[in-house]
Amino acid sequence: MTSTELLLQQLINAVSIGSLYALMAIGLAMVFGILRLINFAHGDLIMVGSYVTLLLMLLGLPFLLAAAAGVVASTIAGLIMERVAYRPLRGAHEIAMLLTSFSVTIFLENLAIILFRPTSRAFPAPAVLRSVIEIGQLRVAGLDLIAIIVAAVLLLGLTLFVRRTNVGIAMRAASQDLLAARLMGINVNKVIATAFAIGSFLAGVVGLLWSARVGKIDPLMGFNPVLKAFVASVIGGLGSLPGAVIGAYVLGGLEILLQGLLPSALTPYRDAFVFAILIALLLFRPNGILGSTEREKI
Amino acid sequence: MAMSTRLQRLIPPAVMIAALAAILGATDLVAGDYLQRIVIIIGINVILVASLNLSNGFTGVFSLGHVGFMAIGAYAASILTLPVHLKAVNLPDLPGWLQGVAMPFLPATLIAGLIAMLVAFAVGLSLMRLNGAYISVATLGFLVIVQVVLVNWDQFTRGARTFAGVPAYATIWNVWIWAALTVYVVWRIGASAFGRDMRAARDNEIAALSLGVSVIRSRLLAFCMSAFLTGVAGSLWAHFITSFSPKSFFFTQAFSIITMLVIGGLGSVSGSVIGVFLITVLSELLRNAERGFDIGALHLPPIYGASQILMAVLFVLVIVFKPAGLMGGREIDIRGILRRIGASRRGKGAA
Repeated sequence: MTSTELLLQQLINAVSIGSLYALMAIGLAMVFGILRLINFAHGDLIMVGSYVTLLLMLLGLPFLLAAAAGVVASTIAGLIMERVAYRPLRGAHEIAMLLTSFSVTIFLENLAIILFRPTSRAFPAPAVLRSVIEIGQLRVAGLDLIAIIVAAVLLLGLTLFVRRTNVGIAMRAASQDLLAARLMGINVNKVIATAFAIGSFLAGVVGLLWSARVGKIDPLMGFNPVLKAFVASVIGGLGSLPGAVIGAYVLGGLEILLQGLLPSALTPYRDAFVFAILIALLLFRPNGILGSTEREKI
Repeated sequence: MAMSTRLQRLIPPAVMIAALAAILGATDLVAGDYLQRIVIIIGINVILVASLNLSNGFTGVFSLGHVGFMAIGAYAASILTLPVHLKAVNLPDLPGWLQGVAMPFLPATLIAGLIAMLVAFAVGLSLMRLNGAYISVATLGFLVIVQVVLVNWDQFTRGARTFAGVPAYATIWNVWIWAALTVYVVWRIGASAFGRDMRAARDNEIAALSLGVSVIRSRLLAFCMSAFLTGVAGSLWAHFITSFSPKSFFFTQAFSIITMLVIGGLGSVSGSVIGVFLITVLSELLRNAERGFDIGALHLPPIYGASQILMAVLFVLVIVFKPAGLMGGREIDIRGILRRIGASRRGKGAA
């Protein structure tokens, strides 16, 4: 393998993992932009979708049908979450909302432990997702390509939705100023539910790709992805959609870079370095790359 | 007259200390093993929650990473107190100067607290500049860093494997002396000018700055003191439980401490103590219940995890219906209560 090919290989890895982070981070950013809520339970939507998919596959449904049902299940779970846990908290302090989302996480994870046992289960992804394409010396996992393409299509669709449709425009208005949006006759509850639905849908998709990548699922599987999506959206500037996407790809690149550059004795500490860099970054750009630097006015 | 008021002022704390000592003495002498363990756990939780209140309640720096300081305290103290023959077996790669050390409990606990405090200072220098949700996420990041280091630093921590053989030095007495001390210190800080600085910075940063309060300095000081006490609690916990692994210091533990703090009421020391009592006892009862029990002819099978679910629901209900917690930032005014009792008695005497 020449050095260009090696570089290309790593680039594909970075973009593919970054794509997964981006789809997760968008869901977080959308909700945070409107409600100032950091929805920690966003990660558990991954788990819900993956378990529903696995269950239906075990019942004999073909993968595509089961996967579609899994994504729908994630979306419904997200909507229920919003209605039951977060709507009663409108206008509450952001810490109160963050803590509520922790409770939702604890609730869902323990429910999954009761229903499905705490041990992990194999996730039998179809052969297409496990294939490896060889281009010259380059070996590209089919899953990586699919992740990149799916993310690109979804991000494009989302951009069009947010810019062109009425609901999308209402959503951006609500994230700029919730009160003013309400005064303009925007049905804020509908907008928020839409944001949750879109975010949860994306989380369901990530769940499928993530489970196929890892090959097994367990009740706590949402923890790491949501943590990474947090980092991504904080790097980009909490609440900014383009920021979340940029942050996600920066994070993907950073992880692959650290994996390559760290001496082998230090590679297990990769995540510690990632978070240390995050904290350092916040010191210089406390509101992320694209976050507003505006200070509170008196 | 001056003498008698000074004496009168000493009555409430004296009464409290005597009552506490009586309860602990009774538990120590009479209570069974199980009850004694719960009393010790409550004591350790009081330290954890009261010290977390110092940072999260008084300064509004809502840290999610304090369990990281607890972990640092637990591991540091345990490495220091572990008997030499166990060190040779469990931690063979420890540097030579630590190999031969087997410290008594108190100095090890103090050193552990100091190490936690130093780490808090280093992290806090940058973290204390952040605000609101960013601080929470960044401290969560700190917790992940601690976790990753614990799992991988085999030489000192045995990695993800269980760290066992820690001497069981924690007793009702030494735990509750630390607990009483912590409550006293946090309460005094809360009532001092310095505590008012902290609350001013929490409630309105710009107004506080304009009045000459150094926001970052007061936050950092609270964060460091809080980390010291949390590190101490980590050491006490380690010498109570005697074997643990990095997993013991992660999300579940963080959430349980925060639940107690928020249910008791942020910013109220007496609230912290009440929150700890309620939640520790409740979760202990629930944990027994989830092992399965009989109601008449009906037999309920064990459902592990159900207690956590109930706690999560309870927590959301408190946040929705009583967002300021049970005490809502106020304190139980013991002097006031005593005075009222005295006044009513005098009233009766006059009538």
